[in-house]
Amino acid sequence: MSEYNFAYLDEQTKRMIRRAILKGLAVPGYQVPFASREMPMPYGWGTGGVQVSAATLTPDDTFKVIDQGADDTTNAVSIRKFFENTAGVETTEETEKASLIQTRHRIPEAKLREDQIIVYQVPIPEPLRFLEPRETETRKMHSLEEYGLMHVKLYEDISQHGAISTSYAYPVKVSGRYVMDPSPIPKFDNPKLEMDAIQLFGAGREQRIYAVPPHTKVVSLDFEDYPFEATKADHPCDLCGAEDSYLDEVITDDAGSRMFVCSDTDYCRCRREAGHTGRMTKDVAA
Amino acid sequence: MTKQSQFSGGFSDASIQAAHAFRAAMTAMARPGEIRSLTGGLPPKPLSIAAGTLLLTLCDPETNVYLAGAADTPAVRQWLTFHTGAPVTGAAEADFALGTWQDLGPLTAYRIGTAEYPDRSATLIVECAELTNAGATLSGPGIRDTACLSLPDIPALHANSSMFPLGCDFFFTCGSEVAALPRSTTIRSEG
Amino acid sequence: MYVAVKGGEKAIENAHSWLAEERRGSTDVAELSIAQIREQLSLAVNRVMAEGSLFDPDLAALAIKQARGDLIEAIFLIRAYRTTLPRFGCSNPVATAEMACDRRISATFKDAPGGQVLGPTFDYTHRLLDFKLAAEGEVPDAPKGAPRDEPTPHITEFLQGEGIIQDEPEGDETPDDLTRQPMEFPSKRPLRLQSLTRGDEGFVLGMAYSTQRGYARNHAFVGELRIGKVAVEMDIPELDFAIDIGEVELTECETVNQFKGSKTEPPQFTRGYGLVFGQSERKSIAMALVDRALRWKELGEDNLGAPAQDEEFVLSHADNIQATGFLEHIKLPHYVDFQSELELVRKLRREAEERITPKEAAE
Repeated sequence: MSEYNFAYLDEQTKRMIRRAILKGLAVPGYQVPFASREMPMPYGWGTGGVQVSAATLTPDDTFKVIDQGADDTTNAVSIRKFFENTAGVETTEETEKASLIQTRHRIPEAKLREDQIIVYQVPIPEPLRFLEPRETETRKMHSLEEYGLMHVKLYEDISQHGAISTSYAYPVKVSGRYVMDPSPIPKFDNPKLEMDAIQLFGAGREQRIYAVPPHTKVVSLDFEDYPFEATKADHPCDLCGAEDSYLDEVITDDAGSRMFVCSDTDYCRCRREAGHTGRMTKDVAA
Repeated sequence: MTKQSQFSGGFSDASIQAAHAFRAAMTAMARPGEIRSLTGGLPPKPLSIAAGTLLLTLCDPETNVYLAGAADTPAVRQWLTFHTGAPVTGAAEADFALGTWQDLGPLTAYRIGTAEYPDRSATLIVECAELTNAGATLSGPGIRDTACLSLPDIPALHANSSMFPLGCDFFFTCGSEVAALPRSTTIRSEG
Repeated sequence: MYVAVKGGEKAIENAHSWLAEERRGSTDVAELSIAQIREQLSLAVNRVMAEGSLFDPDLAALAIKQARGDLIEAIFLIRAYRTTLPRFGCSNPVATAEMACDRRISATFKDAPGGQVLGPTFDYTHRLLDFKLAAEGEVPDAPKGAPRDEPTPHITEFLQGEGIIQDEPEGDETPDDLTRQPMEFPSKRPLRLQSLTRGDEGFVLGMAYSTQRGYARNHAFVGELRIGKVAVEMDIPELDFAIDIGEVELTECETVNQFKGSKTEPPQFTRGYGLVFGQSERKSIAMALVDRALRWKELGEDNLGAPAQDEEFVLSHADNIQATGFLEHIKLPHYVDFQSELELVRKLRREAEERITPKEAAE
């Protein structure tokens, strides 16, 4: 642990990231360029989130890392271990106990509090990137608030499929100004983006940081006749019976049988510990 | 207490103190109007502890700092250079500017960012005689309903926020306390 | 009963142990030393130094050993190490005109001061597997000539003397550094060159090749290719002279390209430039070609829409550490996103079926 500075990054790098975070908070949803460093883990594996967490952590923090909603996915384990080793912070799997949560692809089911911070790992921060690959162009579009292309894309979906066919990384408008990529969370999580906690987004490879302060208006793009819909698998969790949580589908045998379980493993555990049961746990509980 | 010199008054445990200081500054910027404690640095007079701590936390050779009026003393310059290496510049090139509201002068002197890069704007650290949750009514990102904060100049700050997404961002410091006002905040006069 | 997949930590530890075992290979075979890799796989070491942006043959050899010979993985190790190093300052520009050349050839003049020096090149080897090497045969000493004492002048100097090649005036502007500032477009040439010199050899080669095949062809002649050692000097603020802090091996390529001239410029030759750590000949030539293609705007040429002319395309995709990270991240779990797609496709199919079924019922 003593071989590296607290939280791995050198102080000058942390200052550079911290300045970017402050500007990100001051202009919600705007992507601040930052000189992302080469981290000892691959680009695309959370280097942006790791850098933002490293610049934000204090030794008093309790740190939680989730990937796909779960604490024990291999990359979450790996990132948690990195900070245990380099920052010596306490870690937890309990959302309730965490002061800083780094996430990939999910927002926890439990409502986050004022005193919590959530850091998202972002692969492609530019919501317009798949419509226009050039940074020089998309930057212009943001500056002119020219988001017609995005609406055209969503509308083409409707005319072709009868519904908007974006199911994750669903674009939002932040505080009535910038269209933002909420990272590849399922659109089920979009309504949670208006929250009490501070939200920070880090894209390492693409060298961007952005932020959503607490209580900021975050609107999922939609149309009057095709309103945004936060969807999930139409099942309760087979382990805890939750009807309100996002579910993973698991293939359980060679015949292709399925079961549905909470993607947020801590949420599921809490519910089971409180005595809730699902289809697959009823017999055991009885 | 030992005599203040350019070599004293920095962070004694830089990575840890800077981490705590940044969290306070970040929380202030994320929650406009909220007053938080900010300590760690012991800058020479006339700088407040909070303002000095902000400089130590955010400035380095990559940031230009403008010291306005009374804040521009040889002792402050030496202290800033020794602890941060930040170049001292004029208002127009400043990434950070520090001084009383009077000394900082009209906001038109500072960078407000460009349409494509609104982040390239100055952050002003305004030394205040008092910092209280009274005065102007604030609303917008970071604020649940409304918040109140003593502001030095409501019309000027209102004009700044009306340029959003361009504009300056502010820290208000008083003793060892800090509050922030990003350009995204809507400001109304009392009442 | 179903038990959720657990034990990520144990699985990772075990994977690491297995990896270490595989790296070592059969213990019946002697272990490779860093010195063996450095001395006998020196071109691999050079590539790792060039794309890792760190001149340290021993560390590059260590990285190759640790990466089981996967050069991109080795480059990654070097890059990650490099970012943790403190910066003491910047060297002065290296004087490649003072280079002690091991190799120096020109394709534009049959002979020139300094001569054509083939050096240790594969160029005229017949690519026949040498089975003698399998028997670990020692090689006889190569014949030695007298080393040249005076510096070898750049070929382009002679063209410049005639005023027939575009002038490249020396600037005193500090170039941007893409490891310290976020990339921004349009970019300046020094930043493009930095990106290309640490860019993936295969990518830069492919881009260069595309210009030769007609995608923004720029008729490159290798004006000069030189490989050798140059001194690295640094100004020390306390002293009023530069001190020698070591030497690095470099490969430099300067191409001479055709240029028709414009309204303001008479017809003259133009240049492309490649400079790479170590003996990295293919890379430096490729770099020079791509550099030249990217200069279309500055030289008032047409944008032909060729990939090699598109700086945003080239610079955004040249880095193999960025590319491989993002490419390989798709093997990480994505089941949350996949689930949302699955639900959506099921829903769309259900709705499509409903649209069709009532019609059939009515008929």
